[in-house]
Amino acid sequence: MQKQLLDMLQNRFPLSETPFLHLADELGVTEGEVIYNVRLLLEQGVIRRIGAIIDARKIGYYSTLCACQVPPQDLEAVAKAVSALPAVTHNYSRDHRYNLWFTLSAPSEEAARQLLTALEEQTGVKMVSMPALRMYKIDARFEMSDQVEK
Amino acid sequence: MKNKLLTKKVAEFIQGHIDPVHRPFKPLAAQLDCTEADIVSIIAELKAKGIIRRFGAILRHQQAGFTCNAMVAWQAPLGREDETGQKMAAYPQVSHCYLRQVPGDFPYQLFTMIHARSAEELQDVVNAIVKSTGIDNYQVLHSVKEYKKVSMRYELEDWLKAWDEEESR
Repeated sequence: MQKQLLDMLQNRFPLSETPFLHLADELGVTEGEVIYNVRLLLEQGVIRRIGAIIDARKIGYYSTLCACQVPPQDLEAVAKAVSALPAVTHNYSRDHRYNLWFTLSAPSEEAARQLLTALEEQTGVKMVSMPALRMYKIDARFEMSDQVEK
Repeated sequence: MKNKLLTKKVAEFIQGHIDPVHRPFKPLAAQLDCTEADIVSIIAELKAKGIIRRFGAILRHQQAGFTCNAMVAWQAPLGREDETGQKMAAYPQVSHCYLRQVPGDFPYQLFTMIHARSAEELQDVVNAIVKSTGIDNYQVLHSVKEYKKVSMRYELEDWLKAWDEEESR
């Protein structure tokens, strides 16, 4: 039941006042069993949350991947300044000449540009923006397959 | 749009977590002084308009066993960017695949996020992509340290304003 439940929770979550009862009816089990299993999956950390994923572009948000080349001795401080921005959702140091990479999401392209300019003034590091031109895949739900064609 | 404030509040709520209980929208309905049916219909409307890309359980990749992750950027073959990007996107271990505008000193336009269970599997995926696309000029960027990873909480304010203007036209 776990596997089928997980699939339904991800791909066919019922829009209803009592969604877990609907799931139970479809699976032919009790609502209590569904709720028990969902709680278990949450506790185990398999499910992060149940809710909505917003399409940022649909509401006019501008997102871009940014990178910069920071002198090693300044990396922690610059990373901290970058992370402090609410517009930054992901921020990682990486083993490359461009050693700090982060994603920026702002209500408009202009707003994003202003944030980057302010960040450059604050840190003295040049920020490079690499906005997406095409998207081929986003937010994949993971299949538990381990097949790689060699 | 029936009620702008209500829509805004519901949009804020559903970007968080819905409790697995018999009537998960009951507390919010009480708080917003509306019915649970109102909330469900707002969610349905936002989904129909494509504002909500997906509604349901969001899984945690790490917990599912994918512990070895890397960003791999590839030099896209001129004129074959789409074909190549789609080929890369087809791999189950590739979660994100984009063509990006890049600076002159980083000529790797195709970005993939690859999730694997081990360093060997990651290398296997990279090798498989090299073989199937013919691209052997790429950069593997391993994350050294994670400084921040959060879900963005979007404000629907601007979108609701634009929607209002469109409706009153």
